[in-house]
Amino acid sequence: MYVISRRIGFYILTAIAAVTVDFFIPRIMPGNPVSAVLAKMQSSVITPQTLRALEVEFGANTKVGLWGQYTRYWSDLAHGNLGISTSNGMVPVTTVIRGALPWTLGLVGTATVISFILGTLLGVLIAWRRGSWLDNLLPATTFFQAAPYFFLAFLAIDLFAIKLGWFPSASAHNDLDFPAFDWTYISDVLDHAVLPALTIVVASAAGWIIGMRNVMITTMDEDYVLIAQAKGLPKRRVVWYAARNAILPSISGFSLAVGFVVSGALLTEIVFSYPGLGFILLSAVQEADYALLQGIFLVITLAVLLANLAADFVYVFLDPRTRQEA
Amino acid sequence: MAVSSTTNVGGASPAGPGLLPAVDSPASRARLRLPRSPKVLIGLGSLIVFLVLAVIGPWIAPYSPSRTFSTTVSFPQPPSAAHLLGTTQQQQDVLSQLLAGGRSTVLVAFVAGLVATVLSVVIGVTAGYLAGLGDDLLSMLANFFLVMPALPLLIVIFGFLPQSQGSDDLLIGVIIALTGWAWGARVLRAQTLSLRSRDYVESARIIGERAWRIIGFEILPNLIPILASSFLFTVLYGVGTYTALAFLGLVNPNHLSWGGMLFYAQVAGAEQSGYWWLFIPPGLAVALLGTSLALLNFGIDEFINPRLRAAGLSRRRTRRAGVAGAERLPRRFALGVTPVVGYTPVPGAAVPGGSSALDVVSDGRSR
Repeated sequence: MYVISRRIGFYILTAIAAVTVDFFIPRIMPGNPVSAVLAKMQSSVITPQTLRALEVEFGANTKVGLWGQYTRYWSDLAHGNLGISTSNGMVPVTTVIRGALPWTLGLVGTATVISFILGTLLGVLIAWRRGSWLDNLLPATTFFQAAPYFFLAFLAIDLFAIKLGWFPSASAHNDLDFPAFDWTYISDVLDHAVLPALTIVVASAAGWIIGMRNVMITTMDEDYVLIAQAKGLPKRRVVWYAARNAILPSISGFSLAVGFVVSGALLTEIVFSYPGLGFILLSAVQEADYALLQGIFLVITLAVLLANLAADFVYVFLDPRTRQEA
Repeated sequence: MAVSSTTNVGGASPAGPGLLPAVDSPASRARLRLPRSPKVLIGLGSLIVFLVLAVIGPWIAPYSPSRTFSTTVSFPQPPSAAHLLGTTQQQQDVLSQLLAGGRSTVLVAFVAGLVATVLSVVIGVTAGYLAGLGDDLLSMLANFFLVMPALPLLIVIFGFLPQSQGSDDLLIGVIIALTGWAWGARVLRAQTLSLRSRDYVESARIIGERAWRIIGFEILPNLIPILASSFLFTVLYGVGTYTALAFLGLVNPNHLSWGGMLFYAQVAGAEQSGYWWLFIPPGLAVALLGTSLALLNFGIDEFINPRLRAAGLSRRRTRRAGVAGAERLPRRFALGVTPVVGYTPVPGAAVPGGSSALDVVSDGRSR
């Protein structure tokens, strides 16, 4: 349990640091953030209310010192107050985020799990059947790994939605007059989720495939695998033993990957006009809505940290050696 | 147990131009060599093409990328003889934009890769060498940047960046590097940790060499494969991140880059209206540049871990590669017999200089 509490401590420190970074970025940027924001907001109407919200947000025109602003920021955060979203008719940022978060969690969460499982299995298969035609999959996966997620999203829409017309090309559901939580609605949502999810899976599975294959090839040379083979265990059992051990680096590499995947998924949402965090992120950028931007950053960071923590739990659960260290 | 390759016939490369480097002279042996697999060759070749295009692209572009050809047409025009890749919504030539936009993309990516690699060496190697409290603090810093999702952080930073600085390639590269060094630092730290307890480093310390000399001359040369891999990885990261930021419109959209072209494709609704010539050329360019970097990285992976090198070989090619006993190998290698495809050293000849770089490789169980 020592290991776990150490990790939790680390993530708490990271979360504090993330909040601090979020607080300081507008304040260390050259120039006056309020006027910089106003310059970018030229298109929209600036009310005195907007101006006031910005000044509070960035600590301009206030007699409170930096430390005072910082503690104030934390207390606001503790009360769930992330500021006012200027691009959405002055509603609280939390309201905007709350409307978008479920879509992102559903889409990105599901797609990431599918891609991890699929990629890992494929990686095992490719390593096991090395020298066969499956090796030819590797250059293709490399291409998908290197291509930007949103480029694949463009291709998916062009091919499957416009040319073939199999799936809807945008949004997360049709505008129903009376949306009820029935099968019509659910199938509609699923129908809309197929293409974005497919894009994320195809783009992110490549990393898992290559990582798993490389570790698996090394693991297959371990003595215990050879012994398992020599004992005459069925092939499937032997693969299972090797794969169980080879998956550990994939899980510890999860922390590196999940940030990438989430970032890529946000861009995918933008191309599909999927009403998740990525979509409101784009509107926040376009409308220079900085409170919303910072709020989204915080939410994404915390979500990624939680996913990391979960991966760490799984790791400690799977690998008894980490438990003995204490 | 493992099939050794070191018993191969002499230096005069029987493998030919196959998957293995031919060792022909002591001079070439002293240099760092990558396996000459098709992956590496294709990767290196296309990377060079991209680099050349980045330099000469703006000059060989048929038109000025910002020239507007028509003010009356308001739809992107499909490819034609005059415009080989069609025109944008603003009636600018896509091919010219593609050629001219490569420079900024490549420049930002390489600046990011360079700065991040320097940072990762300074922080990673120092942490690995210092141990103790300094190591703890630096590792903590690296881990912090590692788990922090980079793109949202960059979006916040770029959002606040004054518009005037949003098109400075060097600045963009440096900012991207600040979020991309941690992975390299972690890998370098781990390797430094394992190197610093080796005998030759120990003896250098006992002789009384200074810390900077040990790091610079004893440890760093052994980190070169990992360093190269981490550099390529960061350049790849820089390409993707810069494209993403430009795609979001966070980089001044008038600053031409492939990501900026994708931004305009999205603005024009290219994917909904079937204007494929707006997004396929820049997207494909980014993907191919990334693929060439990744293929090169494969080569380095195979350099570090010889087992991966052999993994893709069929029996025929294994024999050509000169793995001893390849005739006796089964059609497909099953378990525990991955032939370690080596560097066919000349028997009896010491490998000057190269031995240190190969240390990682020959440390396997092939002996």
